[in-house]
Amino acid sequence: MRPDQDRLDRLSLTWRDPPGLWGFLTTVDHKRIAARYIVTALLLMFLAGMLALDMRWQLSTPENVRMGPQLYNESFSLHGSTMLFLVSVPVMEAMALWLVPLMLGQRNMAFPRLGAFSYWLYLGGVLTLWISHALDITPDLGWFEYPPLSGPAYAPGHRADIWAQMITFTEVAALAASVNVAATILKMRPPGMTLARMPVFLWAMLVASIMTILSMPAIMLVTSMLIADRLVSTHFFSPASGGDVLLFQHLFWFFGHPEVYIIFVPATGFVSAIVETFSRRPLFGHSVIVLAILSIGALAFGLWVHHMFAVGLPRLGNNFYTAASMAIALPAGLQIFCWIATMWSGRPWLATPMLWVIGFVTTFVIGGLSGVMTASAALDLQLTDSYFIVAHFHYVLVGGAMFPLFGAFCYWYPKATGRMMSERWGRIAFALIVGGFNLGFFPMHLLGLMGMPRRVYTYPAGMGWEGLNQVATLGSVVAVAGGLVFVANALVSYWRGAPSGGDPWGGSTLEWAGEAPAPSWNLAYTPMVDGLTPMWNGGRPLRVADGVAIARREVLITSVTDADPLYRQKSASPSIWPLLSALAVSAMFIASIFTPWAIVVGAVPIGAALTGWFWPQRPRRSGA
Amino acid sequence: MTRIGVVAIMLLLAGCQGVQSPLAPGGDQATALHNLFLLMMAVCGGIYALVLVGLGWSLRRVRSAGQAAEVPERSLWGAAIVIVIGLTVLIVGSFVADRAVFASRRQGAMMVRVTGHQWWWRIEYRDPATGRWIETANELHLPLDRTTRVALGSADVIHSFWVPNVAGKLDMIPGRRNVLDLTPRRVGWFRGQCAEFCGTQHAHMALDVKVESVAAFEAWLTEQARPAPSPASRGAAVFANACAVCHAIRGTGASGRVGPDLTHLASRKSIAAGTLTMTRGNLQGWITQPQALKPGTSMPAVPLSGPDADALAAYMESLK
Repeated sequence: MRPDQDRLDRLSLTWRDPPGLWGFLTTVDHKRIAARYIVTALLLMFLAGMLALDMRWQLSTPENVRMGPQLYNESFSLHGSTMLFLVSVPVMEAMALWLVPLMLGQRNMAFPRLGAFSYWLYLGGVLTLWISHALDITPDLGWFEYPPLSGPAYAPGHRADIWAQMITFTEVAALAASVNVAATILKMRPPGMTLARMPVFLWAMLVASIMTILSMPAIMLVTSMLIADRLVSTHFFSPASGGDVLLFQHLFWFFGHPEVYIIFVPATGFVSAIVETFSRRPLFGHSVIVLAILSIGALAFGLWVHHMFAVGLPRLGNNFYTAASMAIALPAGLQIFCWIATMWSGRPWLATPMLWVIGFVTTFVIGGLSGVMTASAALDLQLTDSYFIVAHFHYVLVGGAMFPLFGAFCYWYPKATGRMMSERWGRIAFALIVGGFNLGFFPMHLLGLMGMPRRVYTYPAGMGWEGLNQVATLGSVVAVAGGLVFVANALVSYWRGAPSGGDPWGGSTLEWAGEAPAPSWNLAYTPMVDGLTPMWNGGRPLRVADGVAIARREVLITSVTDADPLYRQKSASPSIWPLLSALAVSAMFIASIFTPWAIVVGAVPIGAALTGWFWPQRPRRSGA
Repeated sequence: MTRIGVVAIMLLLAGCQGVQSPLAPGGDQATALHNLFLLMMAVCGGIYALVLVGLGWSLRRVRSAGQAAEVPERSLWGAAIVIVIGLTVLIVGSFVADRAVFASRRQGAMMVRVTGHQWWWRIEYRDPATGRWIETANELHLPLDRTTRVALGSADVIHSFWVPNVAGKLDMIPGRRNVLDLTPRRVGWFRGQCAEFCGTQHAHMALDVKVESVAAFEAWLTEQARPAPSPASRGAAVFANACAVCHAIRGTGASGRVGPDLTHLASRKSIAAGTLTMTRGNLQGWITQPQALKPGTSMPAVPLSGPDADALAAYMESLK
């Protein structure tokens, strides 16, 4: 059904934002919010990448005095904290915010204002950490700040508090985003999209969101306990007063290990979408991939101890965690088998998104296998806290999550902008990034096996580490150059790229149904789904339904398992309250670095802002 | 790229003789872990090769127009069985190696206490003659072919004891005590390094380890048990004034416990936890401007006149 102009005009009137700055501050359009998230995360990825380059320069020669220990320790702390808390997790949530409503054929997220709130609060965390860096009070104890080093006795000043509060910011933001994504996927699927017909991408985002909801409270608890130790002398982690430093590590890794999969599982969603489209056949083993994602999500909560094999826990228990950790290789391996089988029996088309998938498989599998090695409670005693681990988690996080993300960026870029990215420059960026990455990080495996510990700002000459460190530095320069080419390609294509049309790749899922760039209301009609690949419906056009209001903001709510239409729900309009609430929460978080009273006093403006947000609206007049 | 890496690994496995390397095992525990590593490399290398072959073959039909044959569903079972067999081998291998590393606990092993400090190691041996603890720092001596049991603790933050040629690492945690057995099988100098980030100078917290014959070890221990002479020299007087609050020299009045015991300082290979080699120039430099050599160290700069500094360095050098 082709929408007439009158319908489009009315939709546009209903779903538009106020013009200008006010519209910028009040928007609840999931695509605008997600784009902000993505741009912020990419900017931070650039800044943290510059820190990495600086550290690689420092390590390129032994006994280098270019950086002192303080600056180096700040650099790796800021690099790790930024990349994990402010780039990897948020950018995956952002991809969900952007894509989930489009892939469901819905007009917005389940909680539009919560989406805006989570971005503003995330921005608060970003500014807290990076303005602190500008003011030279950068956290300097790594991305996991173990006490007692981070306790009041060994970390005077406010560096450690800033780190802990930055975590609180991003975790509240992440919880808000995850609740939003999970509710949207469970309650707003289009008629016919039963759970059994849900694309892998949506499964991945659902599982990642639920993992976030279950794991984030552990880290918020533990950083709050750390702040309490520092601010009001609670002694949770001071052994002299009956506290236990290992409690911190258990709680941290109970979050920290699932976090790795919170980053990786969405990437499997990207890969599944790209492999399906570019193999030009439905995904091989759809239910196997979904079950693999579910089992990864469950197993991820049962193996945090493998980050703690060297702390001296009982050996038999450690060996149990070895088996649990290695078991992850089964679902992960079957996923890779299914993707390869899809390409095997399809007609692969090597456009840039597909190149990134190939880069992903070749790189990520190395990280997965080095993960199997470090999962051994025995062998880990030689590997943990050495450069082998640095190599391992960069292979997993960059190869396993960032390469799929770059592929996803190239894949959905036309949907966001209406233009194609240059294939030629895309290939150049791909070659530079994947080549430079492997050149930079593969030698680190060897450095670790030659005994180089991680987090050292310098090392003595004559250890045999010089040559490999130089190669690693060279590789990181090449990869950063590739990153710049990638960004330049995206920017130039934004203005100069060839027009793409709504569905340039012949995609299989609903986000390709509408125009590009996607308008603020997404799809003009509600799609009806009767298979896993609704856009490849045997050549038949997509069936659609009408009935959701176009004169006011409204979305369709369906049942959880069968996606039967239940009712129409009012969708929130633009509002300044999410921004004001985020400001009030930010003020309280930042002030509580300095005084515990901030929690009491700060609750007043938060209460006021939330009251404004939830103030009852006048009931809708009938007949609209 | 990957192929170059694999070749590089093979070369390293063949020829690596580093003093701080898990690939050059010189003790029972490190050998068990090295064998496990080789098993892991074989299994993981084989699986990686299978993935690459599968991926490469799956791309054979790029640019082809026709429809390909469907991959049979049961091939999934094949993949699952291969993965499960590989994992089972590795889990069992890991368990066996773990038993080898930790079940070697024999009765009668010599006990040594090693305590981590920001950023040095306090080391205590039991004097076989008197039963008293003998203290030294930053240099661990081990008798060949005997099992030494190291009790690991920390005086401040978390550190990690790692001498990769002899055994894997184990953390040193305040409020807890970990025990690690070391059974060296090769005579020589090795190097250990703190493996848990412990603050500003984590990079300069190294440990010299000397494995020697039982006779040489016993001679060394007897020497260490001997108190230092108490000369009436200018250097000794300067030490008593400027250093004795933090450092101990057994046999003299100096009994500070904040910094390392210096009774036989000049017999050690290096100073400041492996930061500088033991020379007179380095000693003097370390005493007068430690913050330039190891920024952030707890050792304060000691303001001394030229003659005093000379006399102090000469005294320290006499502490063999």
